[in-house]
Amino acid sequence: MKTNKIFISGDEAAAYGVKLCRPHVIAAYPITPQTITVERLSEMVEKGEMDGEYMHVESEHSAISVCMGASSVGARTFTASSSQGLLYMAEGLHYASGGRYPIVMMNANRSVALPWSIYGDHRDSLSLLDCGWIQVYVEDAQEALDMMIQAYRIAEHKDVLTPMMVNLDGFILTHTYELVEIPDQQKVDEFLPAFVTPNKMSFEEPKNLAFSSKPDDNTEFKYQQNQAVLKSIDVIKEVDQEFEATFGRKYHDMVEEYRCEDAEVVLVAIGSVCGTVRVVVDKLREEGMKVGLLKIRFMRPFPEQEVKDLAKRVKAIGVIDKDISFGYEGTVYTNVNSAISKVENYVYKSNFIGGLGGRDITKAEIEDMFHKLYAGLDKSREEKVEFFSLNVETNE
Amino acid sequence: MNKVLDIPRVNAKNMTDKEFFYGHKACAGCGGSIAVRLALKVLGERTYTALPAGCMSAVGFIFPQMAFNSNAIITTFPGAASMASGIAMGAKALGQKDFKTVVFAGDGGTADIGFQALSGMIDRNDDVLYICYDNEAYMNTGIQKSGLTPYGTQTTTTPAGKNLPGTLTHKKNLFEIIAAHDIAYAATASIGYPQDYLNKVNKAKHTKGASFIHVYASCPTGWGTPTETSVEIAKDAVDCGLIFLAEYEDGEFKLNRNPKEFASIPDYLKKQARFKHLSDQDIEIITEHRDKKWSRMRKHWL
Amino acid sequence: MNRPKNKEYKFPTHIDDYPTGPQYKAGFLPETNAGWRKVRPVVDHEACVFCLRCYLVCPDGTIFKEDGKIKIDLDYCKGCGVCAHECPKDAISMVKE
Repeated sequence: MKTNKIFISGDEAAAYGVKLCRPHVIAAYPITPQTITVERLSEMVEKGEMDGEYMHVESEHSAISVCMGASSVGARTFTASSSQGLLYMAEGLHYASGGRYPIVMMNANRSVALPWSIYGDHRDSLSLLDCGWIQVYVEDAQEALDMMIQAYRIAEHKDVLTPMMVNLDGFILTHTYELVEIPDQQKVDEFLPAFVTPNKMSFEEPKNLAFSSKPDDNTEFKYQQNQAVLKSIDVIKEVDQEFEATFGRKYHDMVEEYRCEDAEVVLVAIGSVCGTVRVVVDKLREEGMKVGLLKIRFMRPFPEQEVKDLAKRVKAIGVIDKDISFGYEGTVYTNVNSAISKVENYVYKSNFIGGLGGRDITKAEIEDMFHKLYAGLDKSREEKVEFFSLNVETNE
Repeated sequence: MNKVLDIPRVNAKNMTDKEFFYGHKACAGCGGSIAVRLALKVLGERTYTALPAGCMSAVGFIFPQMAFNSNAIITTFPGAASMASGIAMGAKALGQKDFKTVVFAGDGGTADIGFQALSGMIDRNDDVLYICYDNEAYMNTGIQKSGLTPYGTQTTTTPAGKNLPGTLTHKKNLFEIIAAHDIAYAATASIGYPQDYLNKVNKAKHTKGASFIHVYASCPTGWGTPTETSVEIAKDAVDCGLIFLAEYEDGEFKLNRNPKEFASIPDYLKKQARFKHLSDQDIEIITEHRDKKWSRMRKHWL
Repeated sequence: MNRPKNKEYKFPTHIDDYPTGPQYKAGFLPETNAGWRKVRPVVDHEACVFCLRCYLVCPDGTIFKEDGKIKIDLDYCKGCGVCAHECPKDAISMVKE
């Protein structure tokens, strides 16, 4: 089969993915490390490679507002942001999901001020886990491109109609160059049908949108919204299968298990750090340790069933969080732990907080995490939440 | 730019009989609803209406009572202009033609929280008519001071007492700030002069790109005026010179109404509970501010 | 239809009876506003010169033209009295409900 592979960064891969989906309206505001995506898209529009309208908005708040406006008349839309920009959008994120506008967004995961940091962690998107968006975290540039295409299929599905955020680790993915296969436009056109929604204004069927509801109805609308996100679990699986059939690549639905079949001890992570964990898993496997990786792809909807299935089979689960909910624990851990608590067998758990503000997570550190999890098995270590990469001594 | 003469005039006799803002829950005598209703009648059926949080959205979309009889949507408070831009651009990208997108936002939604998005919308020259219905305070939340609340106004966040005369600042020069973007068309209007308002909406309807109308719209609830005087009081404001009727097009300001003599400011103020407390000195400050403004407008806009 | 009429609303009994997200038919009016009114406008058609000032300034759009006369939709008139106050011929009077 003839393939078209080019050497591009994660940001550029996202841009190529979006282009193939032919959005009608793109609205974005620059922020590092997302900017290259929207620069490339504006070049594509300038060159006439794309028909969409590129809107130069004066803020992220307006970027999401423009997308909602365009979506409310039935247009396919795209925006991209990161960190402070994503937070500035926060009002619109809730609004878009409540309004059932299936906007697709690329978020370049970046730390949140203060202190200022342009580098990566997951505190931006994870702090917005409850905004009603489907959230996927990708591991490499190819997955970034492919998930843009899948994202429109998932978000625009009639039973879902929910916006979707594709998360790429800032710099580690956004600025790293990889060989990426660009799918054939015709195949994408066949894979991705035109956007159809009942939730729009038109002159044929005039509607009032984004209304207020009284206490009599509000719970029903929120129930309906929750059902839609839950329903997306089936759609995600269906779309991934069809994607594999069409394009030959598969992303294993909600989660990807790596060498977990007979694993005793498993690390759970999201995003690009999964690549490093795989390398460590391979090394420790060679040394005879039964270790594995659970790569969580979707944080919303949450892969509760998959985590429970794993928890039934293993003895210890560690969760790497590039975020911290201050005063408690990492957000991925909170979610994983909630699923684990629903199985009957005891699983030793620990939460490893690190990689904040762009700090590397090293193979040695990951290896150490596996050893700590093993230590938990023979009761020589307590379950705990631990900042694993502090450079200094603490008072703890 | 279309000249007025080229556009067929719209008036009470020839405007569409169809009502597009109907059965809403606005207070009796609401001036804002007159502004919305009349503009929608000029704009007609092929209109997308966007309204941020505020009175007109709060009273128009209480599920299942849908008071907009054509396409309409509530936007976030700061995002009215940008959502309207998205509607206009999305519909254009879908190949729709011969339609208008209009925003109705209050004074707070326009001059304060929505201003950044509005500036962006005008800068991009998106095909949107933005109408600010100015009732001089955040009425929907219970009469708080906005950037367009005039000096001396008693609001719930600028109470008048022994130490303060109510609001201490004058109204922002909104119309001139908008004009400074070099917008294709901008105007001020008052529901006290409905035909003038209709003409301006009609002109904006025929303007390609961004246009803006700042319409003075009374609020009997917030101003403490009898419901039946809503149109009269909005006319009084113009006649005493505190509100002016003007246009900006082709880079020029034009004063539409330049009375030889103003009606009495105290008479206008004393009809309203929100100004009842004002001292002679306060009224002097208000008068001075008016006179300065008018001498500047007469010097440059005539 | 020039003005929406009061319509019956069928209360949802199943979640699927709700629209997908907050979107609904434009101009759907299950409620009237007549209950707000303490006084109602009464038109003296002899005095009325059909200048349409009242039609223009009604905040609720409840005044309409029919057979060359002014009519009022009392389902939605709130009785604010703007029409009577603005009438140049004093042809509208507000009478107690």
